[in-house]
Amino acid sequence: MESASNPYGVDISQAMIVERVALADWLLVFPVALPLLAAAILVMLRSRPKLHAPIALAVIGVVLVSNVVLLSRVLDEGPFAMTMGRWLPPFGITFVADTLGVLLATTAALVALVCALFGSTSIDVTGKRYGFYPFLLLLMTGVGGSFLTGDIFNLYVWFEVFLISSFGLLILGSERAQLDGAFKYAILNLVATTLFLIATGLLYGVFGTLNMADIALKADGLREEAPLTMLATLYLVAFGMKAAAFPLHFWLPASYHTPRLVVGALFGALLTKVGIYALLRTLFLLFPEEGGALSGVIAIVAILTMIFGVIGALAQTDIRRIMGYIVISGIGIMMAGLALGDRMGLAGTVLYAVHSMLVMAALYLLVALMRKAGGTYSLSELGGLYRSHPLLAAMALLLVLSAAGLPPGSGLWPKVMLVKSALDGEGGWLAFAILLSGLMTTLALGRVFALAFWRPRVDGAVVPATPLDRSGMFALVLIMVPILWIGLYPEPVLAMADAAAASLLDPASYSLLVLPAGGGS
Amino acid sequence: MIETALSILVGIFFAVAVYLLLSKHTIRIMLGVVVLGNAANLSIFTAGRLTREVPPVIPPDLYVPEIATANPLPQALVLTAIVISFSLFAFLLVLAWRAYQDLDTDNTEEMRIAEPKADPLPPLSY
Repeated sequence: MESASNPYGVDISQAMIVERVALADWLLVFPVALPLLAAAILVMLRSRPKLHAPIALAVIGVVLVSNVVLLSRVLDEGPFAMTMGRWLPPFGITFVADTLGVLLATTAALVALVCALFGSTSIDVTGKRYGFYPFLLLLMTGVGGSFLTGDIFNLYVWFEVFLISSFGLLILGSERAQLDGAFKYAILNLVATTLFLIATGLLYGVFGTLNMADIALKADGLREEAPLTMLATLYLVAFGMKAAAFPLHFWLPASYHTPRLVVGALFGALLTKVGIYALLRTLFLLFPEEGGALSGVIAIVAILTMIFGVIGALAQTDIRRIMGYIVISGIGIMMAGLALGDRMGLAGTVLYAVHSMLVMAALYLLVALMRKAGGTYSLSELGGLYRSHPLLAAMALLLVLSAAGLPPGSGLWPKVMLVKSALDGEGGWLAFAILLSGLMTTLALGRVFALAFWRPRVDGAVVPATPLDRSGMFALVLIMVPILWIGLYPEPVLAMADAAAASLLDPASYSLLVLPAGGGS
Repeated sequence: MIETALSILVGIFFAVAVYLLLSKHTIRIMLGVVVLGNAANLSIFTAGRLTREVPPVIPPDLYVPEIATANPLPQALVLTAIVISFSLFAFLLVLAWRAYQDLDTDNTEEMRIAEPKADPLPPLSY
């Protein structure tokens, strides 16, 4: 149908894609296009909140399935790219399906499905009317777009998309604490994304291109004259702030405990991990040498983040705030892999990101169910839940073990990889810090389990065995399945994380994937 | 020449933005956010090279312009960034106003509802 010539006799094949996009490639836009469309439809159905949950669940289910299909295709046939608007890369905006992006997008879709299920009963009609599900779907759009895009400015746009929807979710309920937390969250995250924008503007000034594959190709030729280390540092600060790395993490403990807990689960699982993903892309794909030069700084930041995070968790009474600090401590462990920078360390970071998405979502949902069962968030008042809610107690124990990096949970394997990588290289201190933070996480979360579940209530009252709402329990059981699966049979996910790490260390193959001809102008 | 002048202006903008962002009062922080956004936009605009008074017209028998014209891409980036920062700022203004009404203060040191100062320590023994 498309011919290489048009009525004016111009050969457009030099600037545009002339052959048709393969039908299977269109799957790549599903994780972005579907939730965006569904969010728009749900906004129009604002007055019919009963329809929101089923539509959102169906759409997120389809997104999850298309991510799984994408993942299996990437594993079978290797990564592929698709450029929008028929412009040849680097002019069109490219979407890339590689193991790293699709693995994280799949995990994110699974977490969103579980949270959407949990929200169907825990968010009241007012919350739905104020747009819980549209915001959730827009958040999914932004997160999915961030994981799949191959264009650095497009990445900025997706960051803003999920930032704006996270504002909406954060203030759902308009309580005083929410306004307080949201203000700090909004200002500090806005500063971080503005830094990202500044870095991207300067990057365009240096490279004249925004396509990540093209930048990776051109970085070698420009290394002598251009201030690439400054760009890498700007990205480190911007994404470090988004990821809540010490000392730029203060927005997280100020805000993550204020929204509805299912929103906390979404945030704790997804948002900081997008920051880690962006760090992986910029420091390893775009600026590998400059990222290597920064590894000393990243190592110090990693150690401080994991230790200060868990010290914060030890000092809290409110179980919601404990979970916020556990998120931060996990970010430190992922940064450790960035500092190590070898294949096993990066694979450990990717695997830890997957683990952390699942476990943090599960922990926040657990807190919501503990609140329903025990009636409070305070560790000094909770107690006796083991006797009244044995199933919840069993899952809580598994989650505590998993978050602390003990078997049979999913946290064991990434930590084994990171510690092994640190000991093989010269990262003795990193290995020590990872093990120490693991011990302290066991203390912090083990105390939650001991006080809230084992100990009888302080006032001697017997906790009534009120049945918890079924979809909430089902959501928690659903997310326990992959956690235990990774813990007991890690081989498939381990192989994916390893493939992701290998591709991060080989920018040339990524460039070749997007720009088969070897670069544009 | 004009690039140098604009670079200095961007630097001044950044300095003013950082100064305002470090303030304790929400309204000054908001002003800092606006100035920071404009500093970012101006720096993208400058980094994209400045060209004056060259119409981007391509003669009929050529595929590319004869002489260098202004690059439209930085302008497109700035436009996108303006739209995003404007909508975010609109949200922030409402949020700051609601926070001022509900928390009864515009001093960030007194905004401690989410993280109360007198938070009790967790039980230290089992």
